Amino acid sequence: MPDLGSAPIPPPGPDDHVRGEGEAGLIVYADLGCPRCAGAWQRLTERPGRLVFRHFPVASKHPRSPALHAAAEAAGCQDRFFAMVDSLYAERGRVDDPHLWERAERFGLDLDRFQADRRSQSTEARIKRDFQSGIRAGVAGTPAVFDACTLVAVREREF
Amino acid sequence: MIEVGQQAPDFSLRNQDGEKVSLSDYRGRKLMLVFYPGDFSPVCGDQLSIYQEVKPEIEEKGVELVGVSVDGFFAHKAFQEKLGIDTTLLSDFEPKGEVARAYGSYVEKMGFANRTLVLVDEDGVVAWTYESPNPGEFPGANVIFDALS
Repeated sequence: MPDLGSAPIPPPGPDDHVRGEGEAGLIVYADLGCPRCAGAWQRLTERPGRLVFRHFPVASKHPRSPALHAAAEAAGCQDRFFAMVDSLYAERGRVDDPHLWERAERFGLDLDRFQADRRSQSTEARIKRDFQSGIRAGVAGTPAVFDACTLVAVREREF
Repeated sequence: MIEVGQQAPDFSLRNQDGEKVSLSDYRGRKLMLVFYPGDFSPVCGDQLSIYQEVKPEIEEKGVELVGVSVDGFFAHKAFQEKLGIDTTLLSDFEPKGEVARAYGSYVEKMGFANRTLVLVDEDGVVAWTYESPNPGEFPGANVIFDALS
């Protein structure tokens, strides 16, 4: 059983999903099915500096979230992680499987590989790893934004 | 707040399906009582949703998770369905807040319970408590796992 007791968030590592350049920046625990995250996403990505995305799907609240996070992770296997994230947040009404396949084609992904990757155990484990690190850090809503591993904003507050 | 080591006050409240549930029903098992202000508030929704995500891990530690607020059981049912959770929700509705008062969780001037956690052990004794600084903040699930470690 994983230890879910309190622990600081892990610092950015080589297999994190990182957008932008620089040593300093924000780490966001976000849910791809969350409207608040979609609203915050544009402001977060317009900021200068590095942004690290960590998976925090709250499946009970947003039943499609696990599938959306898996799709993003699978797109990431073909270097289009943030293209998928941007698109999922921009078009929140298009999140069924045919919409995911359409995106995969639009991004030039190998569709068979995309399908296999989004259902793989390693994808599930990767998402769960992020989620559990958020739980251990006390993430209590999304988006949860950390600066230098310190929580600076949750939900609609400024960041 | 009720103090650790005290016998947990017994109660008999209706759950979201209108069935009577008593503390004594949980004798022999550990119970985490989650007092929260009210159904359908954004913070309460987030709290119960996050806890739902780790409910299997909490149950693996031999602990049952139960929410308690002053809402009626019909409201609990609708709230449970809205959130997509299966956590038992108990209705501390009439007399209003009586159980929250017994556990020292009730905030008189607000008319609802503060966000508090109470772990009751197998013998019905309070083993651990947590009280939020204010009803707008809730303890992350990590706090529950810290208590159970």
